[in-house]
Amino acid sequence: MTGLLILIPIALALGGLGLAAFLWSVRSGQFDDPDGAAHRILLDDDLDD
Amino acid sequence: MSAAGCPSGLAPAEEAAGVGDVAPFVRASGDARELALKVTGARCAGCIGKIESAVGGVDGVETARLNLTTGRLVARWTGDVVDPNTVVSAVAHAGYRAAPFDPEAAARDDDAYGRLLLRCMGVAGFAAANVMLLSVSVWAAAGSDMGEATRALMHWASAAIVLPAAAYAGRPFFRSAFNALKAGSANMDVPISLAVFLACGLSVFETLRHGPEVYFDAAAMLLFFLLIGRWLDHRLRQRARSAATDLLALQTVAARRLETDDSVTSVSARDLLPGDRFVLHAGERAPVDGVVEAGAGDADLSLVTGETAPVSIRPGSTLHSGCVALTGPITVTATADAETSLVADLARLIESAEQGKSRYRQIADRAAGLYVPVVHSLAFATIAGWLLLGAGPREAIMNAVAVLIITCPCALGLAAPAVQIVASGRLFKTGVLVKTGDALERLASATAVVFDKTGTLTSGKPALLNAGALTAEELNASAALARTSRHPLSRAIVDAAGPGLAAEDVEEASGGGLSGHIGDATVLLGSRAFVGVDGPDAEDDSLETWVRIGGGDAKRLVFADAVRQDARAAVNDLRALGLRVLMLTGDRRAPAARVAAEIGLDEWRSEVSPQEKSGIIEALNAEGERVLMVGDGLNDAPALAGAAVSMTPGSAVDIAQTAADVVYQGDRLAPVARTIRAGRAAKARMLQNFAFAAFYNAVAAPLAMAGHVTPLIAALAMSGSSLVVTLNALRPEGGRLAGPGARQTALQPAE
Repeated sequence: MTGLLILIPIALALGGLGLAAFLWSVRSGQFDDPDGAAHRILLDDDLDD
Repeated sequence: MSAAGCPSGLAPAEEAAGVGDVAPFVRASGDARELALKVTGARCAGCIGKIESAVGGVDGVETARLNLTTGRLVARWTGDVVDPNTVVSAVAHAGYRAAPFDPEAAARDDDAYGRLLLRCMGVAGFAAANVMLLSVSVWAAAGSDMGEATRALMHWASAAIVLPAAAYAGRPFFRSAFNALKAGSANMDVPISLAVFLACGLSVFETLRHGPEVYFDAAAMLLFFLLIGRWLDHRLRQRARSAATDLLALQTVAARRLETDDSVTSVSARDLLPGDRFVLHAGERAPVDGVVEAGAGDADLSLVTGETAPVSIRPGSTLHSGCVALTGPITVTATADAETSLVADLARLIESAEQGKSRYRQIADRAAGLYVPVVHSLAFATIAGWLLLGAGPREAIMNAVAVLIITCPCALGLAAPAVQIVASGRLFKTGVLVKTGDALERLASATAVVFDKTGTLTSGKPALLNAGALTAEELNASAALARTSRHPLSRAIVDAAGPGLAAEDVEEASGGGLSGHIGDATVLLGSRAFVGVDGPDAEDDSLETWVRIGGGDAKRLVFADAVRQDARAAVNDLRALGLRVLMLTGDRRAPAARVAAEIGLDEWRSEVSPQEKSGIIEALNAEGERVLMVGDGLNDAPALAGAAVSMTPGSAVDIAQTAADVVYQGDRLAPVARTIRAGRAAKARMLQNFAFAAFYNAVAAPLAMAGHVTPLIAALAMSGSSLVVTLNALRPEGGRLAGPGARQTALQPAE
């Protein structure tokens, strides 16, 4: 059972990583324009034409 | 990139509308300048690219970013190097319509609460998922294989996760419950907060005394499910709110004020005072009431009076706010300011009518009103019952807390928003925007439909009736001249003739017509007198224009406001749904009778003023009808607000769109019946969900009161019921709302 002492913190750290990523994405406005984000991927504005 | 408007053809190119000078709407902080615009017509990636590169290409603009979800374009630059009007004209040139946001209104609309809910939801979801890992292992061991020390470790780890997470994610509920209690009332958030507090407190107590059962997972899961419901509900409201701000943006139109030295300054319509003079160019809408001082021509009053025919104006004529000048420029002396103008009067009528509407209580609120007292008395009954039966206080409190936890309104909180967001999302894809969450419920209970005529049952634009009586040469010559004018009759000629070139050197005679040259011949297009026709007036009073090429005979062009293609089918469809259909119009008796006969309506009234319209709606309400009002004009706005529920076409005047609950796009009337069907289906779904939630509580509450609920059962019951309610909302509609099928259903008689 001593393995739990290592595994529980690891599980929490991984979950915490996901939570931190979510909070960061909310703060940086990634949920402000879901429709636009879906369409912008189709833009070729990184190509020279 | 050559075609105007959406390159995918998802939306038609918007007509450029005169928004006046947008300089007053630029927000300046230090050197930084920011202009926020509402852009209509953008639908796809091509639109984003087109608009952003058009605006980004304006000299001096540093960044241009379009939010496709809200339709807002923000352009930023430094210093006074950019004329903001070039930004608007760049958008207009690309084929989209742009209107400036009032900077204060745009700032108010910032969705801070939505982001708070999202963050809370993330934290609660994290806690619920991780604490479940620990809880499941405790339940799986069922007390046999797991030592007491390990179980205590699991419980302490759960406490370490859930206590901070609940303190963070519970804030929206705690705050609202605290405010309610301070005001001496109880809302849904009071039992929720109580359940979270008691579940956490009791679990900490049990952990300290090494008890076997803790409810940490229940507290986290409860918050997670409730926050999902809250966020969905908030998103619906937010969409309605930003729709209202967008519409206000379309109203904040600048005016050209004539100063005493005859120079023109651009001011916000709010700054015009009685006595000020202002100039209207062709296509511009009068911002305030006034009297024409100089210039003559035609004005389109259809949005104000419902009358289709353009009215000629000359010095001395009264011009109400909202009237559109068809020829210009016209100089007007203001007789009222923006606060006392006709539009403002109508806005006040709308406000008072809307107060009446707030009497409607949503199904969800009625359910909550029942829920709070019932649950609290059940919890008290549990404590009292167990104490009377001789149980210890710890056991009695444990069972009461189990009642509070298991009856927590997760399913109730998800039931309505999930259905509303799914149903309105499906409608949105077919071009129907539902502005308020409860509009679907109110649509479902409508018993009568009142239509406005001009712009609703009819297209609101005159169409050329006798194109066949003209030679191709006459039609093309008329169209070549007409392409230079914004007059609705000119537009109708262009529509009939199709694409082509505009004539050059066309001159417009105020209040008369157009003259120009095609080849060597002089072409005149305009009124009977302008073209030089002698003889008696025509026997009918149709809208007419005359054309004469060189020395040839003058030909008469006849126009009428055409009834929408599917108007008759749509009205029959509504009757099939069991609704009474009426028509109210501000137009004169003869055209009203013609339209009523064509559509097959027998209940109609003509020459009705805006006040009378809302009066008739009230009378219908008093008769016990629940009225759906469909209209598009300023004169309909008070009636739209006063009716139980209201719809307006996307071509409607802004104030009507603000007042209405539902805005539909397109040239057809089929969306009206389709939306009513969708509303009825959504209401049925909601009632199913509430019935299920009630059934669930009726089973779960007695179990908890009897002391049979363990944390495992609570977790299963809570997540199971929330899942059932959500899946029921998502259950497909059987294709009834799907694109191609929708048209078919609209023509089928009855369900």
